[in-house]
Parts: sequence; C-alpha cells; structure tokens
Amino acid sequence: MPEIFRLTLRAPEIAANARPGQFVMVQTSPGYDPLLRRPLSIHQTIGHDQVQLLYKVVGKGTRLLATMTAGQQLNLTGPLGHGFELAASKAICLVGGGMGIAPLYFLAREILRNTCPPKCVVLLGARTAAELGPLPGNFMDLGVTTHLATDDGSLGHHGFVAELLLQHLDPELKWTVCACGPHPMMKAVAGQCRKQGWECQVSLEATMACGIGACLGCAVPQAELSGPYLHVCKDGPVFKAEEVAWL
Amino acid sequence: MTTPDLRVSIGSLFLKNPVLTASGTFGYGKEFAPYVNLHYLGGVVVKGISLAPRRGNPPPRIVETASGMLNAIGLENVGLDRFISEKMPYLREIGTRVIVNILGDSLEEYQTLGRRLSEVEGISALEVNISCPNVKKGGVAFGTDPAMAEAVTRAVCAHSTLPVIVKLSPNVSDIAQIARGAEAGGAQAVSLINTLLGMAIDVRSRRPRLANIVGGLSGPAIKPIALRMVWQVAQAVKIPVIGIGGITTTEDALEFLLAGATAIEVGTANFVNPRASQEIVEGLGRYLTDNRLSGISEVIGGLILP
Repeated sequence: MPEIFRLTLRAPEIAANARPGQFVMVQTSPGYDPLLRRPLSIHQTIGHDQVQLLYKVVGKGTRLLATMTAGQQLNLTGPLGHGFELAASKAICLVGGGMGIAPLYFLAREILRNTCPPKCVVLLGARTAAELGPLPGNFMDLGVTTHLATDDGSLGHHGFVAELLLQHLDPELKWTVCACGPHPMMKAVAGQCRKQGWECQVSLEATMACGIGACLGCAVPQAELSGPYLHVCKDGPVFKAEEVAWL
Repeated sequence: MTTPDLRVSIGSLFLKNPVLTASGTFGYGKEFAPYVNLHYLGGVVVKGISLAPRRGNPPPRIVETASGMLNAIGLENVGLDRFISEKMPYLREIGTRVIVNILGDSLEEYQTLGRRLSEVEGISALEVNISCPNVKKGGVAFGTDPAMAEAVTRAVCAHSTLPVIVKLSPNVSDIAQIARGAEAGGAQAVSLINTLLGMAIDVRSRRPRLANIVGGLSGPAIKPIALRMVWQVAQAVKIPVIGIGGITTTEDALEFLLAGATAIEVGTANFVNPRASQEIVEGLGRYLTDNRLSGISEVIGGLILP
C-alpha cells in the first residue's frame, strides 16, 4: 500500500506568491540526516495563507515528514522555480502520472478560475488505483472531465496514461498539454504532442541540493545537445517540451 | 557596549569579518540575495571561472550521502567574458569583498585569468583552484604536487596584481607540503579543504550514482578531516589559512578559527540553509560579546593543547 500524504502548512508569503508548477524546498530533519532539503511541488494553496503539498513516502526524508503532527513547525523555502504558463488556449489537457499529479491540481484550479477554457480534460495515471487515492475524485469535483489509467488495470484504462491522449483529445482542436510525471510518460506525451502539432509543457524532476540555482546539480540536457545544460530548479521545473532532449 | 571586532586580514586583503562563502556553493552571489544581506558577509567567493565557458558533467551530478553529499558538477561556468560582463556589474554593488575562484587546464590559462581579472574593477582577490576532483585534466593535477602548486601560484602571482589565495585539495598524502609549495610560489593565503574524492553505488542497478562515477564529498561529514588538515597546515606555513569543510554552524566556524584559520568559508551549508553564512557572522559576534572578547583575533589559533 503506497503511503501518500497531504501536508497543509500555514505559510502566508508562499501562499500569496505561489504559481502552479512552482515548488518548495522542505527541510525534513533539523539535524544532518538527511542533510538536504526535499523539493516538493505545490499541490494547492488554500485561502490566502495555506500551502498544501502532496507526497509519497519514498525514503528517509519523506518518512520523517510523515511523522509530523498538527501544530509542528517546518522550515521551507519557496515558492521556487518557473511554473506553467497559463496559455489563453481554448483546449487544455493536463496529464499527470503518480506524484506528478500534485502540481496539476493547483494548475487545474487556476485554469478554471482564470481562463476557464471551453475544453479542459484531465488524464491521470498511476501504477494502481490505490496510488491515485482520492485524486480522481478531487479533479472531478472541480467539474473537469477526468480520464484514468492504471498500470495494473485496477482503475480506468489498463495501460499508460499517455495512451489516453489519442483516445480522448479531439485532433481537430489545438490543444495545450501540460504534463508532469515519470520521465517515460512525459517523453511519450511530448512525442504525441509533437506529432499532432500541439503545444506541450512538461514539469521535470531532478535531484537538487539547493533549489535556487547555485549548486547546478539539477542539470538536464537540452534539445540542442551541444548547448549548455538546463537547470530544473531555475530554468524550470516547467519547460516547453521542445526545449528538452528526450533521451 | 561596543560592537565586537570581527575584522581580519588575509595578507593585504582586509575583511570586515572572517566569514566567506565557498566557491561553487554560492553561485555568483545574486542567487542568495533573497536570503542573505550580502554586505554582512566578509566576502563572497564566486563559482569557479575558466577562460572558456564549461558545460560541466552529464547528470546525475549529485547524490546525498550520510551527513553530506557527493557532487560531480564538473566546473560548469559561464566563462571569463560572460562573468565580467554579466556577473560583475551586480557583484560590484554588493558591499563586500568579491573573490574570484579561477581554474585552468594549463599554466597559461591560469596566467591569462589572473591578468584579465586584475584589470576588472571590483575584485578583491583571486582564489586559485588547483583542487577540483571532477575534471579530467588540469585542476587537481596542479594540486597534488608541491612543485606544480608552486609553479601555478608563481604564474598567477606574476601576472596578477590581486592577492592570490590557493585552494588546496585534501586528496594528497601530505597537504602541508602542497601548502608550503603555494607559499613558496607567492600565495598570500591558502584555503582548504576542497572536496574529498568519493563514490556511491546503486546496489539495485549496480551502477555508480554519479554519471562521473566519482565525485567530491562535502558537508558536515568531512568536517573533522578538514579541521585536522587546517590545523596541520596552519602550523606548516606563515601565510594565513582559510578553513573550509562542512562548516554549518557558528561553533563549527569557531573550531576552525581555534585551529588556526584566519577566516572560514561556508559551503554545502548554503544549500541546506541559504541563510547559514549570515547566521554564522551574527553568531561569531554574539560569541565574542558573551565571552567578553574584544576581537576575533583572540580566538584565531587559540587552541589549547593538552
């Protein structure tokens, strides 16, 4: 059973300034174990002063986060990075895989609040239904059309979420696709978008030490392979799919 | 009550306090402006600059280890020309010393960097990196042989009007010998330690966790080694020593000062707590006040041996 948690924090400055796709660096331990902060994308802001994170326990840092109880204090830096561009597109599709779904909920809410496009479709995928947990219901509650896929077929389409694009998106429309999830998923989504001539934004993940453009640890190769590396924390985490080398 | 006197001199380089930022952990200064009042710091040592821009190593470039991290960034930097045109205008205005870390593949490259940077307004000193473990040639080659260390120091000093600090590698059998080489070459100070060469393996995939296979270990994990080396070098040379290696708190900084360092550089701690450098400046001031010391010079080299 995956251990997936929502963590709600009172952080007025971050809540006031956060944009969908941005992230925070969370100190999970006051000591040296683990040493580095964990980058977590912002799942949503609540009211004017709260920030919510969605994470899965994958190691020591997230394990410590999961032991936190209401009223405790946490040290975090943010909002960091460059988020999704809210295009004035008439047809928007959000594609999320696993914990990559986290920032898309914030994005969906902002899209509905700001631009309310005539077409907004959400495609969510995970390994199992349990891993999706309450997320499909949360998106449906926003009133957006939501389609699901699971690797084991326990919910929705039995297969990869990227396969839902061709099933559910009208090829006659000019879609803007925003994707966040595992690398193979985003590679597949980016490939389909390129074929269809759709705009595609991807939110990348990378190991990073600082989150503020100093350590240069979070390098990813850009499409122009001989060019300088892109840095996920500062140039991203959201990139235009065509900027990235899909190796 | 008077303000505690934190001023120190590194040769002809005067610092308002002994807290510097370690190269490669503080970007070009601007990255930390939202978190730190840069003018509070003794100085900022910027990311290592080479003559031509460098792309750095392929990812993955960093991996967390017990109380530390390994990095193999590979000296990614914007190169000398862009550093001068794009980064210096900002750095000139930060209200503290700017020390430029330089690295090269050859003596000529070090000389050119020294000469060109001496002509740039707003730079207070050079820190010569002869110790990066993450590039194939140059760098560390100069840092593992006392004669080579002396030669590169001499070359930079001859072509530069700026005070020269030589940053030493710990990946040698006797760091004091390398320090003496730098001193003989005309260095005004040595700074140490750079990262310790290390490695991590993913047991599931059986692959190294870094694309570069090996990388430099930094963070609290290396502090005792760094402290021992600073203590040894401080006794081996007459020039000032700048202590680096896992310094995260005021107490860490004090340990290095007691061991004989005239100044310190805060490195990996900047990633963990972007305000660390400023907090250490404030902490040192409080320490002097609390202990009724008139100045930081009363701490430097104050180690009491059994």
